[in-house]
Amino acid sequence: MESVGSIIAYVVIALSIIIFSVLAVTTRKILRAATYLLFALFATAAIYFSLDYEFLGAVQIAVYAGGIVVLFVFSILLTSHPGDNSARLASKKRVSGLIAAIAMLLVSGYVLISRCIGVAEPAMQSIDMQKVGATLMGTGHGEYLLPFEAISVLLLACIIGGIVVARKR
Amino acid sequence: MEKTMLCYLIPSLIMFCCGVYGFITRKNMIAILISLELMLNSVDINFVVFNRFLFPGSMEGMFFTLFAIAIAAAETALAIAIIINVFRSVKNVDVEEVSKMKF
Repeated sequence: MESVGSIIAYVVIALSIIIFSVLAVTTRKILRAATYLLFALFATAAIYFSLDYEFLGAVQIAVYAGGIVVLFVFSILLTSHPGDNSARLASKKRVSGLIAAIAMLLVSGYVLISRCIGVAEPAMQSIDMQKVGATLMGTGHGEYLLPFEAISVLLLACIIGGIVVARKR
Repeated sequence: MEKTMLCYLIPSLIMFCCGVYGFITRKNMIAILISLELMLNSVDINFVVFNRFLFPGSMEGMFFTLFAIAIAAAETALAIAIIINVFRSVKNVDVEEVSKMKF
């Protein structure tokens, strides 16, 4: 049995994830879509916090909500008039998209509900920063120095690629 | 009422299906990228939830999500650079207008 407060918090988080992700793909103003995406990302960070992954929640807010959404907003302001509505969808395209999404929802939802055992939330100590850092920097079993270095090279390649692609000739 | 794994997997599934719908129906390139972010984000939620509920002692899912977030940020930055470049040469970000490999 859980406390009423945690259940209310869970319901708010789940509802905001569902509502804001539906709104982000159905609204016709592109700047509003970016704003709803921001709220959905915040709700995801709240899920991470409620599952005791504080570091992950902080990274989610800093990188996604702080970095990526700002990039989106800047590129939207650079490429389109923010007040404009996008053109109405052709009904054929909308039907095909709806069929794909709903078929996937039904199949995966059926599999989940029929196969997923109801595991209760096991007790876990929240992971402290020291352990995160040691695991990220270690070279032993289950430690992640090599992917960390690989991703730093990837980010460098991404910076150079971004500059080369977007610069004025 | 107990919170089980399903309580977190179902919202993430709905988020992924919204991403699929947006990816198919949108025409603006940036809106397509927004749908892509929704899909990536729901997959991240799944990693974390499986890690938390099935293997609470280990941290594999958390680190996989950490790296996935970094790669998603890199991918978005590069895609936006490409979109701005396309906008500069075609004056449009509509996927149906951009049909020529123009230089």
